[in-house]
Amino acid sequence: MKAFTQHQGLVAPLDRPNVDTDAIIPKQFLKAISKTGYGPFLFDDWRYTDGGGMPGQDCSQRPLNPDFVLNQTRYQGASILLTRDNFGCGSSREHAAWALADYGFRCVIAPSFADIFHGNAVSNGILPVRLDAETVERLFQECFSAEGYRLTVDLEARTIETPGGEAIAFEVEDGIRHRLLNGLDDIGITLQSADAIRDYEQRRKQEKPWLYTEPA
Amino acid sequence: MGKTLYDKLWDDHTVQRNEDGTVLLYIDRHLVHEVTSPQAFEGLRLADREPWRKDSILAVPDHNVPTFMRHTIEDPVSRMQLETLDKNVAHFGLREFPLNDSRQGIVHVIGPEQGFTQPGVTIVCGDSHTATHGALAALGFGIGTSDVEHVLATQTLLMKKSKNMRVTVDGKLGKGVTAKDIILAVIGRIGTAGATGYTIEYAGEAIRDLSIEGRMTICNMSIEAGARAGLVAVDDKTIDYLRDKPMAPRDDLWDQAVAYWRTLVSDPDAVFDKEITLRAEDIQPQVSWGTSPEMVVPVSTSVPDPAEEADPVKRQAMEQALRYMDLKPGTPMAEIPLDKIFIGSCTNSRIEDLRAVAEIVKGHKVAATIKEAIVVPGSGLVRLQAEKEGLDRIFTEAGFEWREPGCSMCLGMNPDKLGAGERCASTSNRNFEGRQGAGGRTHLASPAMAAAAAIHGHFVDVSQLQ
Ligand code: SF4
Repeated sequence: MKAFTQHQGLVAPLDRPNVDTDAIIPKQFLKAISKTGYGPFLFDDWRYTDGGGMPGQDCSQRPLNPDFVLNQTRYQGASILLTRDNFGCGSSREHAAWALADYGFRCVIAPSFADIFHGNAVSNGILPVRLDAETVERLFQECFSAEGYRLTVDLEARTIETPGGEAIAFEVEDGIRHRLLNGLDDIGITLQSADAIRDYEQRRKQEKPWLYTEPA
Repeated sequence: MGKTLYDKLWDDHTVQRNEDGTVLLYIDRHLVHEVTSPQAFEGLRLADREPWRKDSILAVPDHNVPTFMRHTIEDPVSRMQLETLDKNVAHFGLREFPLNDSRQGIVHVIGPEQGFTQPGVTIVCGDSHTATHGALAALGFGIGTSDVEHVLATQTLLMKKSKNMRVTVDGKLGKGVTAKDIILAVIGRIGTAGATGYTIEYAGEAIRDLSIEGRMTICNMSIEAGARAGLVAVDDKTIDYLRDKPMAPRDDLWDQAVAYWRTLVSDPDAVFDKEITLRAEDIQPQVSWGTSPEMVVPVSTSVPDPAEEADPVKRQAMEQALRYMDLKPGTPMAEIPLDKIFIGSCTNSRIEDLRAVAEIVKGHKVAATIKEAIVVPGSGLVRLQAEKEGLDRIFTEAGFEWREPGCSMCLGMNPDKLGAGERCASTSNRNFEGRQGAGGRTHLASPAMAAAAAIHGHFVDVSQLQ
């Protein structure tokens, strides 16, 4: 997993509450076979006007919805998503986090997140930041009024710095912070016990050798 | 205090205990199929990792495989998943039984058949019916795709121990009553969440009397009772079953293994957190009427009436199920006309199941009202064995189609599907809405019951057949 220490990026404002996982990545993409390549299909139903893409489709010729925030010129290259309450509600599909990460988002700021999505985001190197609703509202206003609005998210210091120089503190669980700062996924954490696993395996080979014979 | 079989298996695989009560559990065997593995392999590649222990892995395509003309796969998504499995196997240098291998079959059928599944191992697969392997006293459970990647990369899983439940079936089964009827009756009794958070050990005379195949049918559906794993203790049948299996230990190692396997029983003074007891004599042939495996009744009875259900949540679920199934309360189960018959799936596609079907259909014809009746062996080896015994001819003479191995109509992911409104007697394990195809209606039953239903065009009580 990509480590997250400090990130400066352009902010895209997605001004809706309860953005669900089906909106983030529609169900037809669950039949796909990869973890990557979902970026062009992020928010598929909102982004395009052709009624839905298919896995593997080339999106470069698809008709865009000019009103959707990610299609506006000023938000091209955004890597921080600013949104409203209960982001990521709905199904457990990890594809939602894969799509956001593949598009290039490293951080989502919202007043609240759905539980499973929150976990999936962290597992994929995306930092979900909870800020109170008033602060989020203020950031929305600043973002709307200033083109090229960028924020600096500092996970080490647990602050978000605005272009005006204000530092907004946020909270994050220690375990999650540790994992993101060090780029540790669940596998990475388990592999910290690799020696214990190897010791166990050595003992097992001796006690139950029949489990380790090359099968016919 | 003594240990249960589950306690013994758990302790034997504990690599490390963590402060939060979770355990790093060692995984001996990993079965891989095409549907739940692609993202796991991709994750490995993205992180530049290799499988921890390649000889612990056996890959096989099964869910998307067509059961006739299997080498022309029309659905591009299915084809892509199958090709991806082959590519991943080649890339990482793993062992696979590909489509053209006579050992290919449903992942839960081939594991035991090869002796890949052995008593005392932990065995996982990205598929919830991995509980099947518990029939050989192996701790088997299904895992999600992230866990598949975790096992590939570390040979372990981070897990919390479940509680112990024992389901005891005392006495002798009546004529025509099978393992499938036992497990359907258990689920009917305790419900689909009745064993959530538990590992079930099946015990008692009726379980000991079953063949290993029958025990697999029972353990297979532990997940439909809410349990992630089901187990049966080792006895002489377990050991006889494994003798001469291709991947079973040989010579000295065999003796060593058997000595250990004999210890894989619950201690007499072990305590279970929950005990359920059934009398085998009380179990009749079962049929499901609704859209959850707990919606099941003896075939000799009628579709139940939601009006008699006191719990409003359950009543509503029953009403919804009756609407979906297009059934009226009070209709005798034996009068429901059927459209299709499916004999197969990891629950009931082993040689013993096919013999039971052959015994019933021999010399009879599938009813003219049945649109399609298919027999799908669980593996290429089951298929060969059945052909050696002449079962295929009995099936085809009766009007069944004899297919090639795969998951087939169990889940509607390959060409074998129910159409909207079609009603099927199925030996599979799930009767959820749309499971066998959008709008399809599933009645779960044993192979013998499904075979008799094929001949009559509707269910009949096999315990009453002459
Ligand atoms: S036969 Fe059905 S239940 Fe068994 S593995 Fe295949 S799809 Fe799953």
